[in-house]
Amino acid sequence: MSTLTAPAGVLDVVLQSLETTQFRAQDWFAVLRQQGWHTFQSLPMPTRDDEKWRFSDARSLSLDGYAPAPEPTEALAAALIARSHFVARPASLIVHVDGHCVLRPALSPELTAQGVRFETLTDAVRHHPALLQEHLLKHAAGLGGAKFLALHQAWLRAGYVLFVPKGVEIRQPFVSVNWTSTDGAAVFPHALIIAGEHATVSIQDYHLGATADARALAISACDIHTGTGAKVSRLAVQGWGSRTQSFQVDNTCGGRDALITSVNAAVGSRRARLENTVRIDGPGADVRLYGISVATGEQEFDQRTLQIHTAGQAKSDLLFKNALLGKARTIFSGLIKVAPDAQRTDAYQTNRNLLLSPDAEADSLPGLEIEANDVKCSHGATTGQVDENELFYLRARGIPLEAAQELLAQGFLEEVIAKVEDEEGAEALRGMLSAKFHQV
Amino acid sequence: MAEIDENLAQREAIEVDRSKGDFKYEESYAFDAGVGLSASVVDYISKVKDEEPWIREFRQKSLKIFEGLPMPTHWATTDLDNIKFDKIRYYLAKGQKAVRTWEEVPDDVKKTFERLGIPESERKFLAGVEAQFDSEAVYSRMKEELEKLGVIFCGPTDGLRDHPEIFRKWFGKVIPAGDNKFAALNSAVFSGGSFIYIPKGVKVAQPLQAYFRINAENFGQFERTLIIADEGSEVTYMEGCTAPKFETATLHSAVVELVALKGAKIQYVTVQNWSANVFNLVTKRGVAEEGAEVRWIDCNIGSRLTMKYPGVVLRGKGARGEVLSIALANDGQHQDTGAKMIHAADDTTSNIIAKSISVGSGRSTYRGLVHIPKTLKNCRNNTECDALLINEHSRTDTYPAISVRGQKNSVQHEASVSKVSAEQIFYMMQRGLSEGEAMSLAVNGFVNDLVKEFPMEYSVELKRLIELQMEGSVG
Repeated sequence: MSTLTAPAGVLDVVLQSLETTQFRAQDWFAVLRQQGWHTFQSLPMPTRDDEKWRFSDARSLSLDGYAPAPEPTEALAAALIARSHFVARPASLIVHVDGHCVLRPALSPELTAQGVRFETLTDAVRHHPALLQEHLLKHAAGLGGAKFLALHQAWLRAGYVLFVPKGVEIRQPFVSVNWTSTDGAAVFPHALIIAGEHATVSIQDYHLGATADARALAISACDIHTGTGAKVSRLAVQGWGSRTQSFQVDNTCGGRDALITSVNAAVGSRRARLENTVRIDGPGADVRLYGISVATGEQEFDQRTLQIHTAGQAKSDLLFKNALLGKARTIFSGLIKVAPDAQRTDAYQTNRNLLLSPDAEADSLPGLEIEANDVKCSHGATTGQVDENELFYLRARGIPLEAAQELLAQGFLEEVIAKVEDEEGAEALRGMLSAKFHQV
Repeated sequence: MAEIDENLAQREAIEVDRSKGDFKYEESYAFDAGVGLSASVVDYISKVKDEEPWIREFRQKSLKIFEGLPMPTHWATTDLDNIKFDKIRYYLAKGQKAVRTWEEVPDDVKKTFERLGIPESERKFLAGVEAQFDSEAVYSRMKEELEKLGVIFCGPTDGLRDHPEIFRKWFGKVIPAGDNKFAALNSAVFSGGSFIYIPKGVKVAQPLQAYFRINAENFGQFERTLIIADEGSEVTYMEGCTAPKFETATLHSAVVELVALKGAKIQYVTVQNWSANVFNLVTKRGVAEEGAEVRWIDCNIGSRLTMKYPGVVLRGKGARGEVLSIALANDGQHQDTGAKMIHAADDTTSNIIAKSISVGSGRSTYRGLVHIPKTLKNCRNNTECDALLINEHSRTDTYPAISVRGQKNSVQHEASVSKVSAEQIFYMMQRGLSEGEAMSLAVNGFVNDLVKEFPMEYSVELKRLIELQMEGSVG
């Protein structure tokens, strides 16, 4: 069990930065960070016995040996910006390297005129304090990662705020790319997406390692707020370097008649934990959560989801698919909670795991807590291998075993990839997932 | 205190205080370990039973384990904190004399039996008032037949004393004392229960029934059952059919161990209908060797809180495990039930079908565990959980845990939550049924495919019990 006896690196730096914080002028923000630090200190590290960490390798959790990294050189920044063009014509692009913004987002005059804002977090804190005070980190992490989210809050500086006002519809996706480059870098990317009434917006978040085996600590968070009838679509790709520990805490609020689609893809990190909480507090909301991963080597992908229905007549649907190779392990733990008054809820949850290696392990904890009776709720979880007949069919046509397996696995994953609305984003994702089959 | 007026003594022996939800026992027992739990209470029980030193040591060790383990409230309901271990009597026995008469049975229990349509003689029997004399006779007749086959059917004390070569090997091995807090408690203070051995190849045609044993022994709250089915044998065991409603205690914590050796089949049927102030915290697990089958058929209707997850450890190639479970949670009840399937050999299969019904403010929970480790091939599990919610604030939870590795293993889990549709009710009411009858019929339809798996007389009774529980749930 790890304790916090040796707060080397990241913790010292966070503390120091809090003392000499440059945001003194915006007092509330300094206070918010201070609160994060106090919460972080007051909470114990998760242990194996913690039900919210069941099946996770909680014992190897450690924050030692990481520290925020200095600004990258111009050459490095330029090289990484050049690698950040997943979408040819995004609405806007923002790039961070080791937690430093190296490409500030620019907006077309039309979007600016419509009142759209896409800014770095630090700029937004200066420019829109009221908006941020209302929306920034309003939800506690309820799925076990509270301590990590608190540290994120204490360090809060990298990241972006995207605000789309009432009635504005933007087709082109906004793109944010976060890179880690320095060995042992600690990064805390934050994303805050606020869609006004009947606004339409799509965003792609890429979390990547500059080198395939980059070692880093990444604690990221994303909050999505939607007004009545807003449509938000998000693709989040976790592709940190292979020696990275990453934690991501997402919170989504589905307002009345909102339509939210999110795809969380995981390919990178040594261990990656995703906590995704969806609060459905408006009737008519429709929230679709998708997850996809290819886990290889000794990777551990730990996915925790919570669908809370407090408003009735709303819908949520979840599908998480994992393909496992090598000695990889995936944990899917999902819970649907339907509050007593949330009648006529439709909530579904499906987890499918494809074991492509005898040493891989898939754990599944699909849960339901239903307190209203007029609901349609179901969950399903399956874990199995590639179908023998399908494999035989392909091999009979001269396709070698490994290629046939990969084809079938890709077919298995395609169901989720197809949910990515932006074709370029889907293609980028397809490429990253496919590359994982050839690493091994 | 033994020689007081008999009627008075008997009346006082079971003083039901429904408002407080617990019984008061008059202290007229020949053997009474007093209130609370301590090393001396455990020694007292062991001494009364005249046990060998190793059993006493087992009990004492278990007590230490019990004291050292925390309440599992980090995942389970905090209602467990309402159990006051120091207020419980861990051992009461009145020697061999039956203590109750039909007149003493509370009216509501009598009424229930009448409505269930159980014959008078059987009612007395089920209520636990049948004279020991009679049940001994019944028991003896049965015992004779079984003895011819070489079947051993006795209590834990007799079993461990008279047949240590059979029972000691498996006692506390399927469920070690340290398995969980309540298994440890049972291991420390167990008394009563059934120890059964079925010899090689013997197929016991008639189901062995638990309430014979219960009455013969003044059934305790901490019974211990161990059933060993030797190679190729078959047995069905049933327990607690309409467990006497007045057999109320604050805590019932049993341990049931099943051992199915190569090719053997054990079917264990439970219909649990404790009164609504009992904490029913039971550990049940079977081991299935090569080609063997362990089948739990579990129905929970009574109790305040039941926590019971029958399990099967599939130890031998081709072994099969099955849990069929029905739970009905009415107002104030929490049925926290489920199943565990631990695959530990190749080609093993397991099946779990759980159906729950929540009525009023009742809460039913399914908790499951399916584990397939990496060394195994061709293991399969199928899990289906269906929940039916009757009233607006009924509650249901599902918490399965599935862990799979290895080659060609597959699991599938499905759960659904629904309510009885207004159309169904409308359809039946149009045909002259009252709303309550219609609801009751719909609920019986929901569990029908599982009820069919129960032996005939149990399934009839189960249907009636469900009807009783459903009364007044609508309108």
